[in-house]
Amino acid sequence: MASTHRRNAVEFLGAKLLGGLRWAGGLSLLGRETLRWAGRGVVHRRARLRRGTLSAQMVRVGVRSLGVVFVVQSFIGAILALQMAAPLAQWGQESQIPRIVGAAGFRMLGPIITAVVLSGFAGASIAAELGTMVVAEEVEALEVMALNPVRFLVLPRVLATFIMMILLTVIADLILAFGGYAAAWAALGPDVYRGYWDRMRDQLAYMDFFTGLIQGGVFGLLIGLIACFEGLGVRGGAQGVGRATTLTVVYSIVAIGAAALVCTMIFYAFGL
Amino acid sequence: MSAANDIPAVRVWQLVKRFGDHTVLHGVDLEVRPGETMVIMGGSGCGKTTLLKHMIGLLSPDAGSVELFGSRLDELDEDGLDALRRRFGVLFQGGALLTSLTVAENVALALEEHTDLDAETIDIIVRIKLEQVGLREAAGRMPSELSGGMRKRVGLARALALDPEILFYDEPSAGLDPVTTAEIDELIAGLTRKLGVTSVVVTHVMESAFRIADRMAMLDAGRMLKIAPRADFEAIRDGEPTGDEQADLIRQFLRGDAEGPMSARRTLDGYEQDIMRAAEGG
Repeated sequence: MASTHRRNAVEFLGAKLLGGLRWAGGLSLLGRETLRWAGRGVVHRRARLRRGTLSAQMVRVGVRSLGVVFVVQSFIGAILALQMAAPLAQWGQESQIPRIVGAAGFRMLGPIITAVVLSGFAGASIAAELGTMVVAEEVEALEVMALNPVRFLVLPRVLATFIMMILLTVIADLILAFGGYAAAWAALGPDVYRGYWDRMRDQLAYMDFFTGLIQGGVFGLLIGLIACFEGLGVRGGAQGVGRATTLTVVYSIVAIGAAALVCTMIFYAFGL
Repeated sequence: MSAANDIPAVRVWQLVKRFGDHTVLHGVDLEVRPGETMVIMGGSGCGKTTLLKHMIGLLSPDAGSVELFGSRLDELDEDGLDALRRRFGVLFQGGALLTSLTVAENVALALEEHTDLDAETIDIIVRIKLEQVGLREAAGRMPSELSGGMRKRVGLARALALDPEILFYDEPSAGLDPVTTAEIDELIAGLTRKLGVTSVVVTHVMESAFRIADRMAMLDAGRMLKIAPRADFEAIRDGEPTGDEQADLIRQFLRGDAEGPMSARRTLDGYEQDIMRAAEGG
């Protein structure tokens, strides 16, 4: 009995691992294809993006997410300031709150929370859109018209999530810092909010800002690729579209976490 | 007949396709001559859509080959296949219009991407193509505002955009009322006559099939039963049962009878499978 259970467990884990590897393989193939078409677009006029497609995707991905990013990041900044107040008060160091808000916000919370918002907002909608196109045979129609779906559909969407994630990270950093300031002003007293911006600027190096932007870009690429991969992989009608949408959000969040860890390790190893 | 006309427009040779354990096509042969209208018929799940998808290069065979204009599809690289794809057009079942583009933009798409024509010329061509399907006034509308029949017409205009030599139709009359079906059939027949294109039509609607076909091919359970001129199929349809199972099966399908070899087989198949499933304890 015990040995069959053990074998079942091994089989289960093995199947999960194989499934994960196959998924990651498929995703990297799509990534390579996207890169190839990006390269071809630079060289050949014929392979370039259609006028207006990139900007349309950027509006849809970025501008529409702006409101949610604004609300969530201002909350995060305020929470960070309030939570740090108690432990720092024990040492009489409440005035250092802006340093912590700056360091944690610019390096990690700015990009990562924005990425989670974007995966639910833009990732899910891209997956649903492409999935519906697959069901309606629109993707096959593009193929038989000799229009490559990677160039035509994937490239503009991945470029849009990449660019907009970087731009949104800049905005998110600022809003988060303002959120911390607002909380300090409303609840924590003049020791914290007087000289808030000076202390934050004193703490932050350019690298804090840039490492955040690099991560933002990486997260943006991942969200775009995963959403397109899941969307184009839809089989079996409306149910398949719903499944792809959910999986896009789940896989994106896992991938964002993993990528954040890898990026942090690399930055740490190089002393950035 | 010139030498170019001796090469079949489409040649399918011993085509085998499996999905997992299930074999959908068991070595299918088919030749379509330049300029003719070939109708491929068969019941649901007989493999006719799979056959069509091989002919337009969306699926690749497990064995056998597909040639268009004498070139084997599986021997072409990406650019070669794309070059060939500009020589044929496909009308998908639901039209498959890009819903984010207007009717005119859908028709213009291939012209903008594959030719160096300026915007004004493309605009003129788009109007001509839409006029050919009787929808010039719909140019500025979105696909979501159109009826099913109109969407198919626009799909057809889009397929015509690059002046294709072959047109493939996947179930052109599916989901349409009889009058619209007749109109679409008239359109298909008219285009073939006026433009001299080769047409390959997959359908299970028999009135349509007999209206437009030069020759017909009957596919059943992944096997090609018969390829013959329309008149031969009309003779089978209008004749008496012969006792020959294959002919009677075709006759039942063409006439749409509820009883015959086809339904006898179906009830028997279902029965065996049920028994097997019960025996396996599932």
